[in-house]
Amino acid sequence: MSDIDLTLTADEARPVPQLGRQAFEARALKSGLLTGLTWVGAGLAAVPLFSVIYLLLVQGGTRLFSSDFVEILTGLPPAGFEMGGGIGPAIVGTLVMVGIAAAISIPIGILAAIYLGVLEPRSKMANTSRFLAKVLTGFPSIMAGVFVYAVIVIHWGYSAWAGGVALAVLMLRTVVLAAEEAMSQVPQRMKDAAYGMGCTRTQVIWKVVLPTGLPGILTGVLLAIAGAAGESAPLLFTALFSNYFISAITEPTASLSILIFNFSGMPFPNQIELAWTASLVLVLIVLVFNILARLFGQPKV
Amino acid sequence: MAKMFEAAGAAGGVSGPPSSGEYLGDRIFRGIAWLSAFSIVVLVGYILWEVGVQAVPAMAKHGLGFIVGTTWDVNRETFGVLPEIWGTLYSSLLALLLGGVFGIAIAIFLTQDFIHHRLATVFRTVIEMLAAIPSVVFGLWGIFVLIPLLKPGAEWLHDNLGWFPLFGTDLAGPGMAPAALVLAIMILPTVAAISVDAFRRIPYKVKEAAYGMGTTRWEAILKVMLPTASSGILAALVLGFGRALGETMALAMLIGNANQISLSLFSPANTLASLLASSFPEAGELEVQALMYAALVLLVITFIVNVAGLAVQQYTIRKFEGKQ
Repeated sequence: MSDIDLTLTADEARPVPQLGRQAFEARALKSGLLTGLTWVGAGLAAVPLFSVIYLLLVQGGTRLFSSDFVEILTGLPPAGFEMGGGIGPAIVGTLVMVGIAAAISIPIGILAAIYLGVLEPRSKMANTSRFLAKVLTGFPSIMAGVFVYAVIVIHWGYSAWAGGVALAVLMLRTVVLAAEEAMSQVPQRMKDAAYGMGCTRTQVIWKVVLPTGLPGILTGVLLAIAGAAGESAPLLFTALFSNYFISAITEPTASLSILIFNFSGMPFPNQIELAWTASLVLVLIVLVFNILARLFGQPKV
Repeated sequence: MAKMFEAAGAAGGVSGPPSSGEYLGDRIFRGIAWLSAFSIVVLVGYILWEVGVQAVPAMAKHGLGFIVGTTWDVNRETFGVLPEIWGTLYSSLLALLLGGVFGIAIAIFLTQDFIHHRLATVFRTVIEMLAAIPSVVFGLWGIFVLIPLLKPGAEWLHDNLGWFPLFGTDLAGPGMAPAALVLAIMILPTVAAISVDAFRRIPYKVKEAAYGMGTTRWEAILKVMLPTASSGILAALVLGFGRALGETMALAMLIGNANQISLSLFSPANTLASLLASSFPEAGELEVQALMYAALVLLVITFIVNVAGLAVQQYTIRKFEGKQ
């Protein structure tokens, strides 16, 4: 019954905790192992990006950075066994359709964001449309194509402006959410100062909120443009494809992403090389807008 | 009051009551802003209505048999999307498994003091660039890099472990494995970004308290940080899953567009989105109706998943910030 040695003092009877760090304790080893795994995981996650960039430079760069780059950038896509050729119509088509999309979505998006972020941020209307903008973010991009197909293509046929509208649907959500975020970060005191001088809300928005929130709004707009330039699913059956330069926005139009999609499935090495070249051009366009967005992104508030 | 403004004006001040013209301008501008906000509501409603209306003939004709049917044959006018629903869910689930693990690992890596914060910013940019690469480019990369890379491994797995349902068939080219891998790469930035936010929301003293108890770094992460951030991570996973469900081009290029249901990682399959992508351009009127029905099914699935994800995210924000 009495295992306890009564001659011991209290200090000796109490187990002495080891407070020092023990490098080879099981839990320390486990911690070290998991740390190692995390480093490996993070490294692995970066591999695809570098692999994609490497291949773009190697496969696409050989054609783009060679003597015939003028033909690549301005020539017509080659047929079947034809050699040479270029991606001119696709570059122009992508720029035109992104331009149409930007012209539609940026004004509406920023105006909507003004309502959501400044005019009535807590109203029922604002909550509904903010929620729906977020839901739109989760919409598959191909749904924009299906929608425009049903509304425009069935009646008026494949065209550049149908493609532009489809891209605008996708850009709208990005512009609205980014612009709202930027404008809601404008300090209330700046707005109050303007109101105190007798400004109307419109004047406060034009003279205070928009200039102050401009960097954030610009970031959102540029990211939306970058995203739209890279989209392909909504163009697949709205703008379709064309082998020639665009002459009217009511005609089927080529785009870089659809050219890549079409050429990737062809059995001809020349077309596949062009698909890589087009990918490089597309990624460069997307990256330029992304980098611009980052440069403007430092908020001044 | 008016006298006050007069005095201010006389002293060279700029303050004053708005003129009636300014009031009118204000009214008009606010009206336009309201209309723009309303246009988002109209847009979403119009999308649902239009796709719904176009799908009605097919819904009336095929009914629920469309969802459980397994053949897509334009000539016999039989349309069923069960293989596509299966392919959509299976590929997204596989992608979520992989992309989720890596995404959360990266979020931990970036937020739990593993690397200097400047280096973390650089790494974060690398991951964000991954999100910027267009889907078709990943498709192209998948066709010419990933599939040849996977082939020998898939062959070995099929030859040696062919009895296991996951390796039941050989990888002939496009198939579930490359598609799911690319999908995982594409949702990784989403999962990582939202998880990083979830970790950032945890007050620093929570971690300090854990370290103060003598935990190792990983005991603090696994037993304190992860459970605290769990709802935010759940939101990240659900929203990543939602993205995977709707992803189109890379899958249309990599999954093989085969109308079949198989557990095997190496057999070709199809998804709702890539069915739309590959059939729409050449579809006749009857097939377009069926495709609209398929689009509606996809819309409903992604809508449910996304609303669930947004709800969890909102819950997390409220939990930590006590807003509203």
